[in-house]
This record gives sequence, structure tokens and C-alpha cells, in this order.
Amino acid sequence: MIRAESIYKEFGDQQVLKGIDFLFEAGKTNLVIGKSGSGKTVLLKILVGLFKPSTGHVWYDNIDLVTANKDTLRKLRMQVGMLFQGNALFDSMNIEENIRFPLDMFTTLTLKEKNKQVDFCLERVSLPGINQKYPSEISGGMQKRVGIARAIVLKPKYLFCDEPNSGLDPQTSITIDELIQDITKDNNITTVINTHDMNSVMEIGENICLLEKGVLAWKGSKDQVLQDKNETLHDFIFASPFLQKLIESNH
Amino acid sequence: MYYKETLRQMYDIGIGSLPIVFLISIFIGAVTSVQFYYQMSGTLIPSYYIGYIVRDMTIIELAPTITCLVLAGKVGSNMAAELGGMRQKEHIDAMEIMGVNTSAYLIMPKVIASLLMIPVLVCAAALIGILGAYIASVPVGLFTSAEFIKGVRSFFVPYNVFMMFVKAFVFGYILTNVSCYQGYFVKGGSIELGEASTRAVVYSNILILLADYVIALVLTA
Repeated sequence: MIRAESIYKEFGDQQVLKGIDFLFEAGKTNLVIGKSGSGKTVLLKILVGLFKPSTGHVWYDNIDLVTANKDTLRKLRMQVGMLFQGNALFDSMNIEENIRFPLDMFTTLTLKEKNKQVDFCLERVSLPGINQKYPSEISGGMQKRVGIARAIVLKPKYLFCDEPNSGLDPQTSITIDELIQDITKDNNITTVINTHDMNSVMEIGENICLLEKGVLAWKGSKDQVLQDKNETLHDFIFASPFLQKLIESNH
Repeated sequence: MYYKETLRQMYDIGIGSLPIVFLISIFIGAVTSVQFYYQMSGTLIPSYYIGYIVRDMTIIELAPTITCLVLAGKVGSNMAAELGGMRQKEHIDAMEIMGVNTSAYLIMPKVIASLLMIPVLVCAAALIGILGAYIASVPVGLFTSAEFIKGVRSFFVPYNVFMMFVKAFVFGYILTNVSCYQGYFVKGGSIELGEASTRAVVYSNILILLADYVIALVLTA
């Protein structure tokens, strides 16, 4: 599990996060949702250690990311996988080299063993046989899945996904969501997903944290979303005119 | 991984820059010899002196300085754009999250490759420059082959070659570090990336010229 404890973050005069406390549970898909500019990405970057909080702590089980020394941090990072919004696949490497990159950097496995692990990961994301293709030769949805394959190749304990469905059609989005959820369950990973996709919220939102102007406005699960009367949550979830009409017609 | 990346950079910097270094050096040598012939014609200075002047000018100043100014444009802007692009596409963030020491993995191989390959390129530029001087002056009859070769072999001071290598190392170090810094810390979009690439070239050139003066002052004192 990952615990955010009293996270404050400011950039100059601008206070972006104002005292976030949240528990991201292991074996569950933890969603951070909120409008653009609510502080989701900053929170995610603090959780993965790309930003340091102005005050507060980030606990990975019993290790504090903020005060950890370099050696602990290096070991911890090897247990972290991340899927970026833009995939961050290395253009000059083919798919096999992209997925093998963490193995090349941190393991002493033979090339054959590494390639076996790459094949296993590609199999896991339902993309067998595309090893020799380059990122530019595959679709956006496939790139996301390759990004997931690279994120899980070191068998991480913690998985972070920044807007995994951005730029994808609804059907592919559902496939990606299900894939992330399956991987989370199968390996008991602590998964944190940063999203504003309502389908994801309703499909895989087991533990949801809603941010509004840098403040934790609501927390709960997908089952509580429709029942809860929280105004901020309601405004966010039912912002779409389509959903509003649907609800009105049901009434 | 670091070893492979260093080799790749050595190939890109060394072999990749050879055509432009060849082209520039041959013309610089050619123009230097023709212009010195023009300036010295009608004087009492023996014509074989032109070979000697061309050799020393090429070794001490033209080969290291002009080559590195050109490399700042070619290699430096390339490094800044490559690192800046990686920063913008979140490649550097991805590596950092994986636990990769990005400055060691991305910058150190470039610095090592530059320190190894730029002196080699400068050395090649000096030889090609002298060859260019020969090609431009002897076949057209400005002076004879024997005169040119006598000039090139006269008054040779090995210390000048040492100066050339000192300049090559220092200039290589400057252009790589300035360019990598500009690219690695780029913020914003494609306009900022272009600006960083331009800054890499401009700052490198200014610092190379400044270092050229300081080295000349120190090593000839």
C-alpha cells in the first residue's frame, strides 16, 4: 500500500495541493480523479518521487519516499512501474528493446532469459509477435499496452498510470482498464490511476480519491458514486449533458 | 548499457562528423595557402615559408577552433535537441522512475565520446587542412611541391601539437556540457526546444572563443 500523509505542494505563490491524506490499497485499482488543474498530475508525480512535496510524507508500506536515502530509493524504484500519458516509449528502440530496457539496466539475466520475460509480458498484454516493430508502427492502443508491458516487466509492487485512456476510443479504453485491473489482482499490486474518464471510474474504481482545487473533496468506491450526495462529486461525475439527460429520463 | 551507449555516441560524433570536418578543413587549408601566397608575393620571404605558416596556423588555431565551432553547430545542437525531445516526451521521467541515473546514462556517454573523438577529429582536420593547402597551391603553380614540403617540415615544434590537443579537449568538453545542459533542462514545447538548441550553439561558440584566448595566453606565456 501507499499512504499519502498531509501532502502540501506549492509552486511559487500557487498552492497546488492542500493537505492530501489518502491510503492507496494493495490489490485494488486506486483512482485519482478530478477536473483539469485540480492537482492530479502533481499528486501522481509526488507519489512516484518526480516532485518533492513542500511538506508531508509518502509511505510505500513502511518506507518514507520523502526522507529515504539514495540506496533505499534506488531499490524502491525497481519495484515501481509507470504508464505515462504519452506512453514514453523510446522511439529509437523496437518494442522488444523498449520492454527489455529495465531488464538490461537492473538485472544480470542472459539475453535469452530477458527475451523470454519480454515475450511473457507481451503475451500478458495480448500483443504476441510484435517484438521487432517500432513504436511508430503500432496504434495508440497497442502503444499503451506496450507501455503496460514495460511497466510490469520487473514485476513491480506498485503501478502508476497517468491518464491511461487519453486519446483512445471507448472500446480500447475498456480493454486497457480491464487489463490494468487484471494485472493488479493477479499480482496484488498497489495500482494508482490518474484519470478523468467516467467509464474507468464506473468500471474499475475500487478506491477513488476526488481532488478539487488541490483539496481531497471526496473518497469512496464506484458503488458509492451514484448514491452519494456530495455536490463536488455530483458536478464532476454528471458534467456530461448526455448523462444528465439520461438521469432526467430515468426520473 | 553505458558501454554500448558510449560506443554509439562515439560513432555518431566521430564518423558522423567526418564529412563536414573533411570539407571544411580542406577549404580552410586551401584558402589559407592561397591568401598567404598573395600576401607574401613580392616580398623577400622565401615561398617555402608558406608551407610552414599554413602548418602552424592549422595546427595551433584553425583545426581546433574552426572544427569545434562547426561541431558545436552540428553535434551540440543535435545533443540539445535529442535530450530536450526526450525531456518533452517524458522519456527522461520514465527512466528516472525506473531508477536509471539519467545524467549518468544520457550525458556521461556523450561527454566521454566527445573527449575521445573530438581530438581525433581535430587531428584529422589538421592533416586534411595541410593537404588542402597542398592541393590548392601546388597543382596551380603557386609554388613547387618541394618548396611546400620543405616548408611543412621546417621549424616543427612538437609543443604546438600539444596545444592543439589541449584546445580540442577543452573545446570538446565545453560544447558537450553546454549542449547537454541546455537540452536536459529544457521546459515547454517545440519553440522552447528550438531556442534551447540555438542557445546550445551560441553559448558553446562564445565559450570556445573565450577559452581559445585563455589557452593561448596560458600556454604561450
